[in-house]
Amino acid sequence: MNKLDIQAYKGVWVFAEQRDGKLLDVGLELLATGRELADKLGEELVAVLFGNQVRSLADELASYGTDKVLVADSPVLAVYRNDSYSLALTELVNQRKPSIVLVGGTTIGMDLAPRVAAKLGTGLTAHAVSLKLDKDGCLLAQIPSFGGTIMASICCAKHRPQMVTVPPGFLKKPEKKTAKKASVETVKIAVTEKDVRTKVLEVFRQEPKSKPIQEAETVVCGGFGVGSKEGWKMVEDLAGALGGSIGATRPACDEGWAVQDEQMVGQSGKVIHPKLYFGIGISGVIHHLIGIKDSKVIVAINKDPKAPLASSADYVIQSDFRQVVPALISELQKIKK
Amino acid sequence: MPDIRYWDRLSLDPATKTLRREGIPIVISPMDKNAIEEALRIRQARGGKVTVVSMGPLNTEDILRSAYALGVDDAVLLTDRTFAGADTLATAYVLSEGIRKLGNVDLVLLGNESLDGSTGQVGPQVAEFLGLPSITHVSEITFTDETTVQVKSNIELGFMRIETHLPAVLAVTGDINVVHIPSVWGALWATEKSIAKWTCAELGAETGRCGLTGSPTWVPEVAPIDVKRRGEVLKGEPTQIAVQLIEKLRADGVLPEI
Repeated sequence: MNKLDIQAYKGVWVFAEQRDGKLLDVGLELLATGRELADKLGEELVAVLFGNQVRSLADELASYGTDKVLVADSPVLAVYRNDSYSLALTELVNQRKPSIVLVGGTTIGMDLAPRVAAKLGTGLTAHAVSLKLDKDGCLLAQIPSFGGTIMASICCAKHRPQMVTVPPGFLKKPEKKTAKKASVETVKIAVTEKDVRTKVLEVFRQEPKSKPIQEAETVVCGGFGVGSKEGWKMVEDLAGALGGSIGATRPACDEGWAVQDEQMVGQSGKVIHPKLYFGIGISGVIHHLIGIKDSKVIVAINKDPKAPLASSADYVIQSDFRQVVPALISELQKIKK
Repeated sequence: MPDIRYWDRLSLDPATKTLRREGIPIVISPMDKNAIEEALRIRQARGGKVTVVSMGPLNTEDILRSAYALGVDDAVLLTDRTFAGADTLATAYVLSEGIRKLGNVDLVLLGNESLDGSTGQVGPQVAEFLGLPSITHVSEITFTDETTVQVKSNIELGFMRIETHLPAVLAVTGDINVVHIPSVWGALWATEKSIAKWTCAELGAETGRCGLTGSPTWVPEVAPIDVKRRGEVLKGEPTQIAVQLIEKLRADGVLPEI
């Protein structure tokens, strides 16, 4: 690989994914963090938008604190295909040489970014949960590794751009729209249908009945200690009183109280990061703790004072949840009135 | 990948910050097993030969034996000191060179992501180096003719149905099939089979693109994650506890507006 002139690469890019004419939140989250990085580096923040007839989305993006929106508006980019998107993004990077390219870790982002990195021969870090700069201005992407027992910082010192994917929900939410509007530049791309080797026959999506647990600000989780379907009703009632989502440990899912695919929290389930987490009847094995450790405040309700969740919680209630939960619900209802 | 049951014994080399795997058993990543299973399923329906390719130290042989036990026809281990410390780009490069050396490969199947690194990057990167189309998150593969496949590719809250022509690279998810348990005969057969070992020189790979040298990313620092918190115990009658807790949550700014 040839030595790169690293100094020639400037600017922070965010690939702002849209689906069916809607900007994904993860792109806006990346813009908020991208803004901080760009300010520290004294460089430009650029939002990159791909699609067909997406000018109005470009205008919307322009109000999320970016300096510029680069929009490639073409029928060849209408629906996501690995070839068209990866060729177009590679082409733009080669022309304009950004120092950092951030991509949302959606299924599509995770399909796109590796191919682009391979075309560019540069480094890509997956599943970063936070981003910072080292003293030389190199990007450090932080990822929990090996079951979340260690946090590794990964950098890409000698290659550009520095590419990272970040899963939805890990970075702070974007600021409200700014009054200042960034400039929107439409770029032509060389990619044509001839370059595309896959054909999308169908896109099927079903809106969820409830908000995904990963996006909830309040989550009430129940474990095996809840004991019964009747006990589980209390978990649901507390979640209802708090306007939160319901999560579960693996044993609770095994008991059939909750749905594993949607509600299981932990290493092999969902990683959540609510403001407020309640753990009811949960012992707190490490596999579960990894999934909740980014919660702002953790409350543990468990009769067993030796439950490991107690030492990983902010507030510990060592009483029977059957008494405490109804008391909590009635106090919460008093506030409501 | 290193066996998940031994992750607490993994350590990092302080100089290179790469994993020290000595003494840790190696297993096939769960989704790679699904990829093998799918390959065997396709072989049964359409004929052909299934070859597993892995990059790793010499003890990776053990997992290739377990692939034999599942029923694959051939196994190749890409092994060389220069491959050590590879990130996904360097891993994908070496794997693509191995697949290239096999020649005339119709379909490359791999797990969408490993359980250890869990990057999901190797599939598209192998495809890029081989100049092939790739589809990830594949949960169903259907052949419509000799060289055309239609696949279901999972996306958030749904899927895309995508068609492509072989040769292609498909990265499969855990829900594509159920991995069968190897039979006793399979296990016996596995001990008889030989495993080809190809070095960097035999692959004709560029050493500068392999292992630590060929890896654009590296790990400058690692820190243990601490899950300990203040653990303030709230005492009293249920109502007292409830009142105290609500006050504290409000002070912390996390009490939802209801």
